[in-house]
Amino acid sequence: MNRMSWFNAVSLTLGFAFLYIPMVILVIFSFNESKLVTVWAGFSTKWYGELMQNEAFLNAAWVTIKVAVFSSTMATVLGTIAAYVLVRGGRFMGRTLFSGMIYAPLVMPEVITGLSLLLLFIGIGLDRGVFTIVLAHTTFSMCYVSVVVSSRLVTFDRSLEEAALDLGCSPAEAFRLVTLPIIAPAVISGWLLAFTLSLDDLVIASFTSGPSATTLPIKIFSAVRLGVSPEINALSTIMISIVTVGVITASLVTKHQVARQKREEQAAERA
Amino acid sequence: MTASVFEPWNDPEAKPLIHFQNVTKRYGEFTAIDNLTIDIYEREFYALLGPSGCGKTTLMRMLAGFETPTEGKIFLAGQDIAPVPPNKRAVNMMFQSYALFPHLSIWENIAFGLKREKMPKHDISDRVDEMLRLTRLEKFARRKPHQISGGQRQRVALARSLAKHPKLLLLDEPLGALDKKLRQDTQFELMDIQEKTGTTFVIVTHDQEEAMTVASRVAVMDHGKIIQVASPDRIYESPNSVYVADFIGDVNLIEGTAKPNGNEAYAMSWHEGHEPLTVKSPNAFSDGQKCHLAIRPEKVAISAEKPADADNAVQGRILDIAYLGNISTYHVELPTGAVIKAQTANTRRIARRAYTWEDTVWLSWTATAGVLLAD
Repeated sequence: MNRMSWFNAVSLTLGFAFLYIPMVILVIFSFNESKLVTVWAGFSTKWYGELMQNEAFLNAAWVTIKVAVFSSTMATVLGTIAAYVLVRGGRFMGRTLFSGMIYAPLVMPEVITGLSLLLLFIGIGLDRGVFTIVLAHTTFSMCYVSVVVSSRLVTFDRSLEEAALDLGCSPAEAFRLVTLPIIAPAVISGWLLAFTLSLDDLVIASFTSGPSATTLPIKIFSAVRLGVSPEINALSTIMISIVTVGVITASLVTKHQVARQKREEQAAERA
Repeated sequence: MTASVFEPWNDPEAKPLIHFQNVTKRYGEFTAIDNLTIDIYEREFYALLGPSGCGKTTLMRMLAGFETPTEGKIFLAGQDIAPVPPNKRAVNMMFQSYALFPHLSIWENIAFGLKREKMPKHDISDRVDEMLRLTRLEKFARRKPHQISGGQRQRVALARSLAKHPKLLLLDEPLGALDKKLRQDTQFELMDIQEKTGTTFVIVTHDQEEAMTVASRVAVMDHGKIIQVASPDRIYESPNSVYVADFIGDVNLIEGTAKPNGNEAYAMSWHEGHEPLTVKSPNAFSDGQKCHLAIRPEKVAISAEKPADADNAVQGRILDIAYLGNISTYHVELPTGAVIKAQTANTRRIARRAYTWEDTVWLSWTATAGVLLAD
């Protein structure tokens, strides 16, 4: 392996420092003994303990997870259907318009999405709570799912579906038995994406949540306005580690699968 | 013992399995299939041959049910199949990409179609095992498609499409992805399996050698039309047009004008100052009609001296020699500038070759060696 030139080494260090110094500071101070966030007073895990006693935070965490699970599941179903129709539906009237409209929320400012949803919910007299947050998150994360799934469908060998039809499947069976299992990885990563989007959304959730339901990001945001407490540092550290573990596991699993597939293909060609 | 020849197309009593009746398929302005009428008989191995874009794949996809004709009707065993969706047709297709389901094992791939028929579990298992035996894949039943080689995948695709006992099996460039050696072996295997199962096969290919090897009849297509349908030997020996003669194998084309000269015989003048060529032709030509003499290189003999009793003999100079191992092709330039290819089998070692570059030689052929074709 070539030694890295000093220029590359410096760029790399700067880049990673830029990305990770804030998080590292946050993690370090979550283990601070002192109540003051900026003064180090020795190592302690007491804030993690206190966090577990804090009912408001725990409730918010529970709401957040419920919202994320429901909204990402609904978004995955709707987004997959939308992607399938747009890629496979052939040329129907206004297809370009439809595909544009599916992707538009990607670039729409969140404030506007949140505000318009708020107006809608007030207009139809829907009480704001967990249900409205779920609806709102489904709306905006669905287009991310459909982007991920449609990019997989574009490279999907159409003759697989034709073969299924040819062998006696109805179109619905062909989708269930052939298309869906094959695009499953894309559908799952779409779900994960929608899940994380919902998990850390603040803007849209704050428009659509009510007094009965508060998500974790809203809770953290409002707590920070009263001053950063080490408890919040501890909470954030937990969130960071959950995400890190998730990402590393996912990439290891993928890497392992790719390597195994390659090995088996080579073995098959040799045989 | 009388060997019965399989030629249902010559039997006026025979009912075709498939009948295309004035079928036309248009995509917008583009006409892919142009008013086409053909019959395909039971147990036939029917090859659709043509350059890419000639409509052969569209024809096959109409049989499978993935395309519907713009005009005309398609009958399968006497029944109009236009309103029948692909999943309800007694027709199966082997795809060019094989289209094996990557998430299922070889066994499950073959069983896929049978399970859709709601066949009893026991029968499915028997049938799959039978197909695995037929295609010599017993050892691979538990593997996934990416765990076997290209040739094995091809056999899985064949087994899967045959499992449901289709009345008609469609093969879309079935051997296109295999290397040459494997392709030749597989051609014979295909013929063998077709004979064993008695299924009607329709194969789409752009490889004329493949079509000639496997098919009972070859249909040569161009621009959405069938140019000629005949057995491989008739396609080769008696092409009905310059297009077919040129598309199948190697051919010399000599342009000239016909002059009737007795019973089915013509004197064809081809160049001033040269004796007219003597040609026998069942196709009728009027006096002075423009025509082409199509003659295969292997039917042109090459010699140092003018052969005494040849119907036709012309002199030329060797321009090029293509040595192919078993045969050599001599490119001989005539005084007119035209180049005629003559092929001889290399029955002796190359060091003993009689002619070399720049030699003046005589080319000769009999009156019946070539066919006379209209412009």
